[in-house]
Order: sequence, then structure tokens, then C-alpha cells
Amino acid sequence: MFQFIIRRILQTIPVLIGVSIIVFSMMHLVPGDPAQVIAGEGAPQEQIDNIRERLGLNDPLPKQYLDYVTNAVQGDLGTSMRSGRDVSSEIGARFWVTVELAFYSTVLAVFVGLIVGIISATRKYSAIDTILMLVALFGLSMPNFWLGLMLIQWFAIGIDLPSWVPFFSDTAWFSPSGWGSFSQVVLPVITLGTSSAAIIARMTRSSMLDVIGQDYIRTARAKGVKEQIVIYRHALKNALIPIVTVVGLQFGGLLGGAVLTESVFAINGMGKLIIDSIQARDFPVVQGTILVASLLFVFVNLLVDVAYRFLNKRIDLD
Amino acid sequence: MTGAPDTSYDNILEIKNLQTSFFTKDLEVKAVDGVSFSIPKGKVLGVVGESGSGKSITSLSILRLIEEPGKVKGGEILFKGENLLNKSEAQMRKIRGNEISMIFQEPMTSLNPTFTVGQQIGESFRIHQGLSKKEAKKKSVDMLKLVGIPSPEKRVDQYPFELSGGMRQRVMIAIALACNPDLLIADEPTTALDVTIQAQILDLMKDLQKKLDMGILLITHDLGVVAETCDYVAVMYCGKVVEFTDKKTLFTEPKHPYTVGLMESIPQYDQDVEGDLAVIKGSVPSPADMPKGCRFAPRCPFATDLCRNKLPDLETDEDGNQIRCWIYSDEWDGDPEVNVYERSESTS
Repeated sequence: MFQFIIRRILQTIPVLIGVSIIVFSMMHLVPGDPAQVIAGEGAPQEQIDNIRERLGLNDPLPKQYLDYVTNAVQGDLGTSMRSGRDVSSEIGARFWVTVELAFYSTVLAVFVGLIVGIISATRKYSAIDTILMLVALFGLSMPNFWLGLMLIQWFAIGIDLPSWVPFFSDTAWFSPSGWGSFSQVVLPVITLGTSSAAIIARMTRSSMLDVIGQDYIRTARAKGVKEQIVIYRHALKNALIPIVTVVGLQFGGLLGGAVLTESVFAINGMGKLIIDSIQARDFPVVQGTILVASLLFVFVNLLVDVAYRFLNKRIDLD
Repeated sequence: MTGAPDTSYDNILEIKNLQTSFFTKDLEVKAVDGVSFSIPKGKVLGVVGESGSGKSITSLSILRLIEEPGKVKGGEILFKGENLLNKSEAQMRKIRGNEISMIFQEPMTSLNPTFTVGQQIGESFRIHQGLSKKEAKKKSVDMLKLVGIPSPEKRVDQYPFELSGGMRQRVMIAIALACNPDLLIADEPTTALDVTIQAQILDLMKDLQKKLDMGILLITHDLGVVAETCDYVAVMYCGKVVEFTDKKTLFTEPKHPYTVGLMESIPQYDQDVEGDLAVIKGSVPSPADMPKGCRFAPRCPFATDLCRNKLPDLETDEDGNQIRCWIYSDEWDGDPEVNVYERSESTS
């Protein structure tokens, strides 16, 4: 097991090199002179030269890349053009906000998705199954920024409905912006987690249906095992194998979705940092944030692979 | 027509007029249609028939494991004199794996790939005898030893994918026999195994049957397996029992034309290799489109108008053997001198 983890970590090295090359190239893929782009139109030549010197753009490309990687490995991602602070400290302050947002959303998505999927699978073709899968399809198709705005309107601002409408009369329960307190966390987590919950629910349903039809489930029943234990122990453990993969991939989607969600809810996370930095042409910060987000994604998928190992004994390590 | 051939026996299992159907939107498919047979205590009953004759459905009906859209519609399943169809689901759970166990056809897929062999055998002990994990594991090792698996202490912690097909079937047998059942249902236990392993598994089952004195319901389409292991045989065709005899009678004087056909389609070692193997012409009718008379009539070389129009009853003769065929009834309208073997004499 230990060996497996070590090997799996080593395998991420080529991925990281690839990511660093792509992130590094961003600066050079923008049309025209990067220094000119950063300085903005009509900037004096002096300022452009100054930027070029500061970013080391006069060096040959391989040297620039090596410098970038060497510094990045040591935690130095450059300096923000906008604030003049270290990129790493800019990100550091917001990193945990995004990780928390993505983590809570994943937990919500897995929890809701599994329950809905299992209920649907064990009552297949019933009315409950049809309704749940319809809701899941709806949740899947909703753009999350729109869902975010709707949630803010209904549950943070409140809607003016005639007083005889029950339940929705005074529903401004949660905070529409910021991050930290419970009332601030609820809406963004629902916004971000909904589509993942829907995907996991659908995946769980089909995976469970497949497993429940297997011979070994009949064996368990013939042994006198209680139906709940057949479902939650014998079937779920097998059904989880494809679900875990989906959860890992969803996490990447959540990081992307966090960009929109953080903007809608004015949360100061990495997503909002990327948007702000792109708008301000603050390239070092954009590069640094993407690099960190990629690292996070690679790390989560590493965890998924390890979890996989525990579930599926047939994966050969050696 | 109802009733066992030997009521004097203490029957461990007695099935009376069992009916199991599958329902589609506007169609009822009678997979098991009025099956009756019984298994005396400590004896082996073979149930023989082609695919689709309702053998497996009968066995799943006994354990009440028929799934939607299937349903046991009627009849009685008397196990130790009590009707299983009247039991609650909780009572059935106490019987399954404890008093009645089942072995399935496919050892490759019948074990859960995510649990160790020991966990899967031990589960029976834990459910039915309330043993702790540690005790269950110890008993699992004993079971592995009993079914002849070498180095059981090592095997108990392995996963099914680490075992061969024959080993897995031995594990299935270990699971089934863990709680000393009174009745073992074996649904084609050797079909998926290669020939040398088949013999080993059959020997093991026979051996354990004697040791534990249990009844076995052995489902098979292989008459060689029947000859090897069974005391009694029920021949099924299209959801009905067409002949029920002791093994010796089955092989010396089969009565039903279908049984005779089955016998003839077994290759003989002294058979001319150039010649074709005898076959029963035609194929099993679709359950959705059953002939209205005797179900074998369309394929039967002796069929008359009576056979085609009226379904014969299962009649019991003085020896306790049962037969569902017009030829042996007083109403028979064909050649009174008919000999069901004549075809075999003319073809061989």
C-alpha cells in the first residue's frame, strides 16, 4: 500500500511538469508582447521595458522556464502586478476559502447523490424513482450562476408574495455574500453542489442497478442476509467503485464552478482572484492560481486512486 | 395427481402444484405451472430438463427469491411439513442459508468480489448463530478444510479473484453448508466447471451429503450427473413435471417419450462416431405460446389428436412413480401396442 502511494505520487511528476509548461506558456501565448499587454495600451516605452526586465522576459525561453519552475518549487510564484505582494501570499489567504467551498460542496453532493441514487435504484421504475431522476436532470441542467442568483433572491433577499402564500412569505434566512459563518456558507455550497449531486445520483442509480442484478447479490439473499444489509453492504461496496471515480472528476468541475459561484456570492476565494487578476492583466497571479488549482486537482485524484485501491481489490499494485 | 409418490417417507420437502409466473404489461408467462414433487429426508432428487423448463425458477421459488416481475401464484411448498409460502419475510430469512441453502451455477460471479472468502463464509455464522467476527473466521477455516481447500488459513483471507473456478465452487459449497442445512438446493453446480473438476465437486457433494445427512435438490440438464448422484429424478418440460421416478427406473425403463428422447441424446461410448447423435426434433415452445394439449405433443413422435387437444394429468402408478402421458392412460386413442422405445431401436 505504502509503495503504491509512493509510486502514484511519482507518477504525478510528469503531469506537474506538463501543467507548469502550460501555465508558463500562458504569458507567451498572449498575442503580441506580454510586457506591452501587461502595461496596457498607450503605456510609455520606459514602463514596458521596466516590466520586461522585472519579469525576465529578455532571457531566452528555456532559462525563463527553469527560473520559473525553480522559484515555484521554492514557493515563490512571483509578485502581483496589482498589489505588489507575493503571489503565494495572495493565494494563501484565499486558498482555504475555495478548498472549504469545494469540500463542503463535495460532501453535500456525495451525501445527497448517494441517498437519492440508492432510493431510486431500490425502487426502480416507481413514481419516486421517476420524480427523483427528473429532479436530478433539472439540477444537472441548471447553470450554477443562475441557481445562485435564484437562491439569493428567494432565501437571502426574500420575495414579495401575497401574504396567503404559505412558507415562502418571509424566507430571507441566509446571507447573500461573504464566507465564514453558517448563514454565509449554505447558499454557495448548495449552488456549487447541486449539479454534482445530480451527476452522482444518476451514476449511483445506474451503478447500483447493475450491481443489484449480479449473481453475488442473489447469493447474499440466499444466505439469509437482511435486505438493507444486502443493499448497503454487499451492493454499495461494489457500486461505489465507479462512483468514486466520478466524485474525483467532479472535484475538478467544482474548482471551475467555484469561479462563478465565488463571483455571484462575492466570496474572496481563488476563483474570484482569477477573475479579478485576469481583468487587471495581473499575469503572475493568474499563473500562480491556475498552478495551485491544478495541484489541488492532481492531489484529489491521487486520493481517489488510493480510495479505489481500498474498494477494488483487483487493482494490481505490482 | 397431487401428493407424493411415497407418503410413507418423511419428506424434507414436498412441493404441491407450485405455480410461478412472470408478468409483463399484458402477458403472463407461466414459468412453473403446477409442479409437484417431494424429496425424502436425506435423499437426492435430480430435476432434469432442457433450458427454459422451469427448473431454476422452481428452486428460487422454494427460497422465495423470485424477483419482480415474477411471482409465486399458488401451490404449497412444504418444508418439514410447514408451508414456506405462508412464512413472513423475517421467518424466511431465518430459513435461508440456515435450514435451506443454495449453490448456484456460476461460481465466477456468485461470490462478492469485494469481500474475502472468510467474510463471505463467516457471514452465515454471524447471521444465523450470532458468532463474533473471530469465531466466525475460525469456523470459516474449518469449513474450507471440510470442502477440501488446501492451506485454508491462507485462503480464508483471500478474495474470490485469487481463486480458480473449482475453488470458488468449493467456497460456495462451504457457504451453503456452513449452518448444516437440512436441504441443499444445487442449481447446475457443475455446469460451468471443466470435466475433471465436475467429478471432484460431485464427489464432494455426495460425500458431504452422507456426512451431514441432508436432502439435496440437484438441478441439472446432465443425465450423467443424475446417474452419478441422485436417488430420485423429476423430469421437467415447459414448467411441468412429466415424469417422476427413482433413478433406476429412469435409466432402465423411462416411460415418457420426452425422457426417452433425453436418454437417446446422450452420446454412448460404443456409438458409431460417423453417425449423428439423436436429437429431439423441434424446440421448446415459447412460454407465451403454449400448446393447449400436452406440451410435448408438437415434438412427440407418438402424438395423437388426444395429445394435441387435452393436457394429460400426472398419474401415479403402483410403484409410486409418476407419469404425465396419455399413452399410459385408459383414454389413449393411438396404437394400443405402442412402444416408446421403438424409435430408438429403429435409429440405432
